[in-house]
Amino acid sequence: MKKSTTLTAALLAVIVLVGVATWQLLALQTAGQETSRPPQSAKEVSINGAGATFPFPLIDKWSSEYHKTHPNVKINYQPIGSGGGQRAHIERTVHFAASDAPLSEEQLQKAPSTLHIPITIGSVVVIYNLPDVPKGLNFSGEALAKIFLGEIKKWSDPAIVALNPGVQLPDEEIVVVHRSDSSGTTYVFTDYLSAVSQEWKERVGKGTAVKWPAPRSLGAKGNDGVAALVKQTPYSIGYVEFTYAMKTGLPCGKVMNAAGEYVEPSIESVKKAVEYAAIELPRGDESWSKVSIVQSVVHNAQAKGAYPITSFSYVIVYKELSVLPGMDKATAEALVHFLWWCVHDGQKYAAELYYVPLPSNVVRLNEDTLRMITFNGQRVLGGLRG
Amino acid sequence: MTELREWFRRLKDKLVHILVYLALIAALTPLFSVLWEVFRRGISAINLDFFVKPTPAVGEVGGGVANAIQGTLITIGLASLIGVPIGIITGMFLSEYSETRLSSFVRLFNELLNGMPSIVIGLFAYALIATKIGFSVTAASFALALIMIPIVSRATEEALKLVPATIREAALALGMPRWKTAIFVALRGARKAVATGVLLAMARIAGESAPVLVTMGYWKWWFTGFDRPVAYLALNIFLFAKSPFENWIALAWGSALILVVIILGINVIVRLLMREKSL
Amino acid sequence: MADSGRASQNHTFFPKASSNGKGKLKVFLIGDKAFKVFTAVVASSTFLIIGLMVYYLYLGSWPSIEKFGMGFAVGIEWNPVKGVFGALPLILGTLVTSAIALLIALPVSLGVALALSEYMPKKLSDIFSFFVELLAAVPSVVYGLWGIYVLIPFLREAIYPSIKSSLGFLPFFSGPIYGGGVLTAGLLLAIMITPIMSAIMRDLFILTPSALKEAAIALGATKWEAIRTMMSYARSGIIAATILGLGRAMGEAMAVTMVIGNRFQLLPSSLFDAWYTMAAILANEFIEAIDHLHISALINVGLLLLVINLVVLICARLVIWRHLKAVGGIMRE
Repeated sequence: MKKSTTLTAALLAVIVLVGVATWQLLALQTAGQETSRPPQSAKEVSINGAGATFPFPLIDKWSSEYHKTHPNVKINYQPIGSGGGQRAHIERTVHFAASDAPLSEEQLQKAPSTLHIPITIGSVVVIYNLPDVPKGLNFSGEALAKIFLGEIKKWSDPAIVALNPGVQLPDEEIVVVHRSDSSGTTYVFTDYLSAVSQEWKERVGKGTAVKWPAPRSLGAKGNDGVAALVKQTPYSIGYVEFTYAMKTGLPCGKVMNAAGEYVEPSIESVKKAVEYAAIELPRGDESWSKVSIVQSVVHNAQAKGAYPITSFSYVIVYKELSVLPGMDKATAEALVHFLWWCVHDGQKYAAELYYVPLPSNVVRLNEDTLRMITFNGQRVLGGLRG
Repeated sequence: MTELREWFRRLKDKLVHILVYLALIAALTPLFSVLWEVFRRGISAINLDFFVKPTPAVGEVGGGVANAIQGTLITIGLASLIGVPIGIITGMFLSEYSETRLSSFVRLFNELLNGMPSIVIGLFAYALIATKIGFSVTAASFALALIMIPIVSRATEEALKLVPATIREAALALGMPRWKTAIFVALRGARKAVATGVLLAMARIAGESAPVLVTMGYWKWWFTGFDRPVAYLALNIFLFAKSPFENWIALAWGSALILVVIILGINVIVRLLMREKSL
Repeated sequence: MADSGRASQNHTFFPKASSNGKGKLKVFLIGDKAFKVFTAVVASSTFLIIGLMVYYLYLGSWPSIEKFGMGFAVGIEWNPVKGVFGALPLILGTLVTSAIALLIALPVSLGVALALSEYMPKKLSDIFSFFVELLAAVPSVVYGLWGIYVLIPFLREAIYPSIKSSLGFLPFFSGPIYGGGVLTAGLLLAIMITPIMSAIMRDLFILTPSALKEAAIALGATKWEAIRTMMSYARSGIIAATILGLGRAMGEAMAVTMVIGNRFQLLPSSLFDAWYTMAAILANEFIEAIDHLHISALINVGLLLLVINLVVLICARLVIWRHLKAVGGIMRE
């Protein structure tokens, strides 16, 4: 009996080993198919970024796609919220940070020579979970402010009913869902609420983290957390970046713009907002704290078809990369090339993820900004294209 | 009067009888629900892609957990390399010298280590290792090894106890030194039981996600070195479960199914083996 | 620590003197000595580990300890941006969720243990014991996953509304229901600690001398009354099992953070409200914390959890030792 058990054990071990080997071969085979093999001289580089969840789906897509053509470069991005990204940038614990809120003057003091690079344009949409209500509920700025202030408590409130004639709204309490972490999405949304409601502006104001006045509200971490919570909680309302609503199948509300129209968020309506915004954009190395598409569009009665809650999303980096501990020339070059790729080739992935590609003037602005980046005093991108 | 009391006593007896079975049903219902749901929702996520493709980007169709399976195997391997020898040697000490003061202390501390929250063990590994070399497989394996040690040690000690004294005495009578007896006779005789203990310890750490979270974090690529993180299946479930993306949620259920099948499978096999061993 | 009686292990056993006499004897003794020392050193690493754990967690918490001192344990604000941290709500959350878990798990585990040891025929009992043990092997993330997508919707649709409508006048049940929260976390914890507690209690009941029960039955007691006599005998063992369950409940991070709602507040508005525990905040915030004070505050929470957990485990051990002394060492725990 002893012999047969050892035999079976050995046989089992061989089968397992063969199985694992085949599996690894298969897996690495498919991995191999996905990468085109560039010259092997390229060094293994790991780039670390952290920040907003707003552009995360796009950055995630970029890191996968870029890796296919540059398999030696791994981009690790931690979606911890704009506030986390800003802090990481100030504390120099990441190579690049992402934030939907530009750095404030105060933060710029702590992180001099910061470059802002808008990498995409997105929008903040209102999502809700009403089981029997069709998509596209209408909201006005005032109504939204009152809901999030906790003054409108039920879905059946006359204010909401008036905006949506013919829709059966349930007599249930509204569960307000907001961000529990420091968030650029919150910054954009509260920027909008402050613009459309004097009461909101005075009582709450705008910021990456505010005191949410609605008494029965729930907080979630990240855009994904808010989306998940709204998805799981009947009669809830929340705000997320557009992609999260589309990718999770949650209905978006139509928001009234200054032209009096109820606009549904879409690539076109967001594009229109950017066009009508026509803001003077500062140089990459200047302060962007006053830049706000929302402010430029929200009171513009000529902005037909524009979706008002629209915003840039930024990558912030230091002009002189050697200030980051552990940074070397190879990583610096890889980072800048990656960012160059993002604002050019990367833009073609924006639309399928419901982001708006950057208009050409912004791309040109970014090219100038990227050319400013140096490592140990030397420009990383020599000439026209590095 | 006594009849009423009598009736009351019988009633209480019957009541307890029912309550006790209700408790059993209450305890087992969640188990069956968990197993059923994991099977039902996980099976639809499983296809060939699931096993050969790495983590997909958010919202992308396809993709799988291949890198997580690889990462889990590597991490468990390294953890076992550290934890199993220490556990076995500790178990040998406890069984050979079980009357000493030291062994009471060791047993006590083994018990404390066993009952420690795994996330705290992870924090320790973070403070000790990850602060020096960063989030890495090494740090995670160290934390997992710490979890394995008490399990393997206990199993070894119990296994060695079952080796009949006559075999030991025969070896000693033939002139074998005590230490050789302990290793080549006792341990050898107990190797099946020790192996099952090791398997159980591996199954246990395969399901641990808290210590891995704080020593390694998430990783979407393949293995790139012991000083970097890798993808860990149990941890991926945590990440995917909380997300709102359908493709990730599906991967969570699929991963849960694989994990449950493997872990419960090992537990079942081990128990069957132990059963045929006892007498 | 009663040994199973393999007395031969402790005799200093000298081999027969061979023709080499002294020389070979010395070699044997050195080998044995070396083995003893080597295994003892390796085995002692366990308390080295626990000691190191406390030390390193203390080191890691230093910025937080320096800034907040003992006040950390009674602080009620948690604000990474402002740099203010306090752990009292977390401690309360941990205690309350564990208490709820025990309130549910204790009677259920007792029932299960009795069913398996007293009421079921051996063959059936073996099969069902096996299932109960399987419960213990399911990973916590899987419980958490099931908690989010199965338990929460079930409680939200089918159970909580009825509780609220009947008991809603009590402050515990008067808040809005969103599915997760304190009660849900307590329930999930109860499900997770029941298998361990039942297993310990079942073994305990099997090992109590049947003489007690038989005597009671001989005197005309019902089965339940006979069991009650056993209970007073087994009381310390039950307490020890409960304490161990408590320890496990307090340390559970993943499953709790997935269903409790993760809201830092001193007190929840009701049992249906979200809250936070020590282990949950570690799972939720640790890898995203960037600033050193924040990280050290989290490690400080970990240190608190470690200390509380050690105290609980030692209490359990003391209870078991007292019990063993009282019953004269018949039982091996």
